[in-house]
Amino acid sequence: METIDKNKSGNPMEGEARGTISIEEFLKKDEQKDLLRFLTAGSVDDGKSTLIGRLLFDSKKLYEDQLDALERDSKRVGNAGEHIDYALLLDGLKAEREQGITIDVAYRYFSTNNRKFIIADTPGHEQYTRNMITGGSTANLAIILVDARTGVITQTKRHSYLVSLLGIKHVVLAVNKMDLVDFSKDVFDKIVSDYKEFVAPLNIPDVRCIPLSALEGDNVVDKSSRTPWYEGTSLLEYLETVHIGNDNNLKDFRYPVQYVLRPNLDFRGFCGKVSSGIIRKGDEVMALPSGKKSHIKSIVTYEGEIDYAYPPMSVTLTLEDEIDVSRGEMLVHPDNVPMIGRNFEAMLVWMDEEKMDLEKSFFLKQTTNTSRTRIDNIEYKVDINTMEQLSVENGRLKKEDVPMQLNQIAKVVMTSSKELFFDSYAENKATGAFILIDPITNNTCAVGMIINKVEDNKMHNAMSLPVLDMKKLGIEPEHYTAIEKAVKELSRQGIEVKVIF
Amino acid sequence: MNEEYNLSHLKELEAESIHIIREVAAEFENPVMLYSIGKDSSVMVRLAEKAFAPGKVPFPLMHIDSKWKFKEMIQFRDEYAKKYGWNLIVESNMEAFNAGVGPFTHGSKVHTDLMKTQALLSSLDKYKFDAAFGGARRDEEKSRAKERIFSFRNEFHQWDPKNQRPELWDIYNARVRKGESIRVFPLSNWTELDIWQYIRLENIPIVPLYFAKERPVVNIDGQLIMPDDDRLPEKYKDKIEMRKIRFRTLGCWPLTGAIESEADTIEKIVEEMMTTTKSERTTRVIDFDQEASMEQKKREGYF
Repeated sequence: METIDKNKSGNPMEGEARGTISIEEFLKKDEQKDLLRFLTAGSVDDGKSTLIGRLLFDSKKLYEDQLDALERDSKRVGNAGEHIDYALLLDGLKAEREQGITIDVAYRYFSTNNRKFIIADTPGHEQYTRNMITGGSTANLAIILVDARTGVITQTKRHSYLVSLLGIKHVVLAVNKMDLVDFSKDVFDKIVSDYKEFVAPLNIPDVRCIPLSALEGDNVVDKSSRTPWYEGTSLLEYLETVHIGNDNNLKDFRYPVQYVLRPNLDFRGFCGKVSSGIIRKGDEVMALPSGKKSHIKSIVTYEGEIDYAYPPMSVTLTLEDEIDVSRGEMLVHPDNVPMIGRNFEAMLVWMDEEKMDLEKSFFLKQTTNTSRTRIDNIEYKVDINTMEQLSVENGRLKKEDVPMQLNQIAKVVMTSSKELFFDSYAENKATGAFILIDPITNNTCAVGMIINKVEDNKMHNAMSLPVLDMKKLGIEPEHYTAIEKAVKELSRQGIEVKVIF
Repeated sequence: MNEEYNLSHLKELEAESIHIIREVAAEFENPVMLYSIGKDSSVMVRLAEKAFAPGKVPFPLMHIDSKWKFKEMIQFRDEYAKKYGWNLIVESNMEAFNAGVGPFTHGSKVHTDLMKTQALLSSLDKYKFDAAFGGARRDEEKSRAKERIFSFRNEFHQWDPKNQRPELWDIYNARVRKGESIRVFPLSNWTELDIWQYIRLENIPIVPLYFAKERPVVNIDGQLIMPDDDRLPEKYKDKIEMRKIRFRTLGCWPLTGAIESEADTIEKIVEEMMTTTKSERTTRVIDFDQEASMEQKKREGYF
């Protein structure tokens, strides 16, 4: 039985040659670290939990009492033979500890001398695509594990496709279990060339391949002497140094108003998060949908006013002029506006056990804006194993198989009951992403990534608003105020009705 | 040139939490912030103040008083709420309290269930809160690591770990039916070190019990318990000794073990934490009741 050297764990300051750095210096350095969020994906036996356990352990974040419990549990239910079963540290829930599989997204935290990390640990098996999508939505980077003995398999492709769908810009292909193929360069090179060929059309700007053994620690934290032919960095070194500062969209200012603050008559602030772009005091801004313009009077925070703000800061903006802006509306620069429209095409991932009902109208939440929406057309479904497009037109899909089911991905055309302000997800994640909520179960039944606007005249079946013609209906003018009020309330709930007085 | 547009991890976490807190205020009719008076709660409360500055926080603060909290906690709670203008609600399970329920007589399990879980659930029902903020962090405990930021609870306040709503980007699903609710964890992505760093940088007031001082303690089953009132059972009374101790977590005094420590500043606390060999929940007696006990409690509606 391998035992753990407790003197080596639990002390992140040791790496700093303890004694030469004071706690004040440590804290000063720590407070300036930035944050990298990454996703890990792999098949059931790729050793993903072992890799994460190794990262946490070797970065000296595990506390001794957790290690005590680990040694005890490993003896009882461990699946790692003579080795410490790192996976036991991670599999949190009782049910899955018994089944030996990870059933949901779990988040892990660790830090090194240079960076803080949040890991979204997601399962690899087929029926849980939705969890990988969930875990990956906020990730800057994805680690995709493959077993060196099996190489690139269907699941590797599926994971890579999902990563590209989510717009994750950095991918590490971690070729694990190199110890079981004698650290063979040929094996590694073959996997890398297979993968590069597959991944090329997916448009992922930064792909790294690293040979490693999570179980034995090769190339995880330190470079291994057993892979002398490998010229790249260890996994951790790469995670610590990969540049993510350019990943935020800093050019298109989008500010979805989240909450209107009116503490007194003299102050009206629009609380929100800078979704993208940069806003400066004095900038001219335009409110959508009204089109009214004003200038930024102040950018307010708890600490006081600041001169500029950038993503993902949460601030409060005040304007020079009294213009009416509510939650769900958006402030932008007048010379750089998003797409505005009710019809758009998007990639949709179905997340619900219940299959899609094309007759249903869903709640669509995009930025801080909620509206009612309808799925007009499914252009094609994606076979995520082969990335082929399946449609009725090309004979790959039968008519009755058109509505989407759990874990399916499709390109759809949708119509919202009111105008949305959006960008393509590829350009701007914050304004191109949305969720669909089932109006009956309230479950988040699908998530989507907008591709483009669709002009009204191109719609298959342009949705016309319900019309209330007062004269035709014989409604007397004394009821108009009440009807206006009801229509306004419906509009607040996302249902637009046209009224003719 | 983009360097000036990078946030430090703490500023990024702060921004994320403020976004979450505002989202709740905007989408729910009747939210409440649950306040445990601990260090995480102190940070969460400050983040709420930040989210609505220069305005007032548009929801109340609620403390479930188990009637066995440290006196210093209660004093701190009342002073803080007054100083920062919070609308403070304090609720207790008076029925159980009057029936004499307590950790020494009924054990930690019964006490926690009646005085914390049941008291919380009936208070949520009483005020018909549709969203309740909690200060839990994902790095605290394994089952919490899997919980969403907006965590759906059915009409019985239960959490179903296998049936969680997908949660993507920063778009939160706030829709609930009558009687259902959402627990919201704005500190989900903070670690213990982040909390201490933030308290230090922002000068956030915390209960003095976190700092080491000479205090009376009794060793009960390996835990250093500080008798905070005269309800300590007779058999321990002659075993009280003075030691320099502090608390890593705060709760009911008979259920919260102290650690011997010299750390009387935040810097020293962090130093102690970085070099310590025990994670913070080991001083919480309730975790040891049964295997996977926190998961069980969460399913029942406790945080």
